[in-house]
Amino acid sequence: MRKNRIVKALLFAFPKTIPIFAGFWFLGFSYGVLMNVNGFSFVYPMLMSMTIFGGSLEFVAASMLLSTFAPLQTLLAALMIQARHLFYGISMLEKYKDTGWKKPYLIFGMCDESFSINYSTEIPDDIDKGWFMFFVTLLNRVYWVTGSTLGGIIGGLIKFNTYGLSFVMTAMFVVIFLDQWLKEKQHISSCVGLSASVLCLIVFGAENFMIPTMICITLILTLLRKPIERKDSEDKQ
Amino acid sequence: MTVAQQIITIGLCVIGTMATRFLPFLVFKSDKPVPKYIDYLGKALPASIFGMLVVYCMKDVSILGGSHGLPEFIAIAVVIILHLWRKNMLLSVAGGTVCYMLLVQFVF
Repeated sequence: MRKNRIVKALLFAFPKTIPIFAGFWFLGFSYGVLMNVNGFSFVYPMLMSMTIFGGSLEFVAASMLLSTFAPLQTLLAALMIQARHLFYGISMLEKYKDTGWKKPYLIFGMCDESFSINYSTEIPDDIDKGWFMFFVTLLNRVYWVTGSTLGGIIGGLIKFNTYGLSFVMTAMFVVIFLDQWLKEKQHISSCVGLSASVLCLIVFGAENFMIPTMICITLILTLLRKPIERKDSEDKQ
Repeated sequence: MTVAQQIITIGLCVIGTMATRFLPFLVFKSDKPVPKYIDYLGKALPASIFGMLVVYCMKDVSILGGSHGLPEFIAIAVVIILHLWRKNMLLSVAGGTVCYMLLVQFVF
């Protein structure tokens, strides 16, 4: 009975992670190749993917490892690049509650993609929510670690014509955004997210826009709390 | 960089990452009720975050130069149309990605 529940959760989770499978294998592989080309053994991308498990930071860390030792700068860069996880945590406080021993693992493996799937999937009543989120997190991590390890082993030996495949992640986030849009009762928060990001991207540039974007979003959502809460409760009646 | 320095560098990346992942859960323990404001943010933020992630994926697209972001915008339109039509995530993602790959490899 219990085993059946676990298998059912896995079977429900796997299809949701297929786009991530494609994206993570491609991006992870590219990252492994980059490390290989820079003279690192495959052990580096493998261990870094297992412990850091954050794509953008791992790419930056690759260049950090090649320059001079700067611990404070490294820590600050890590905190800035990963700051968006604070938002994921605040959003998942409720959903990760009551997941028992799985909770630390769910938080440990909470990347953009795991958060997005775990937050947005409507899980049927007969599927165990804790196991579902556990498998989404685990599978995504397995894809990333195996992809980057393979890239590190194979290196630049083979070339596929995969130019443009990284768009799979963009496409997935567009779908998740669209699903949220179709489901939500008001579009204030969605529009705030889009417009604040675009404005900050124009003002601060691609390298530095995430922190200003997060501050803008938090401020605007705080100011608009009354209208958002009113609209959300209006439509429930 | 020595191996020890490399390990410290990687370790600091891990610490920075885990700090941002665990902090909200350490501050707002599950045995106590979450403040109303944080509860509100937890509900209102995700829609903003999904918008932010779409823009984040597009951050290196140059509107002024190169192909002016046309392959990206066309492929996103394909994703949206496919998704509104069939509501099948895999189909929308695969269709959009194939379209994008064809565009950047053969058209632009």
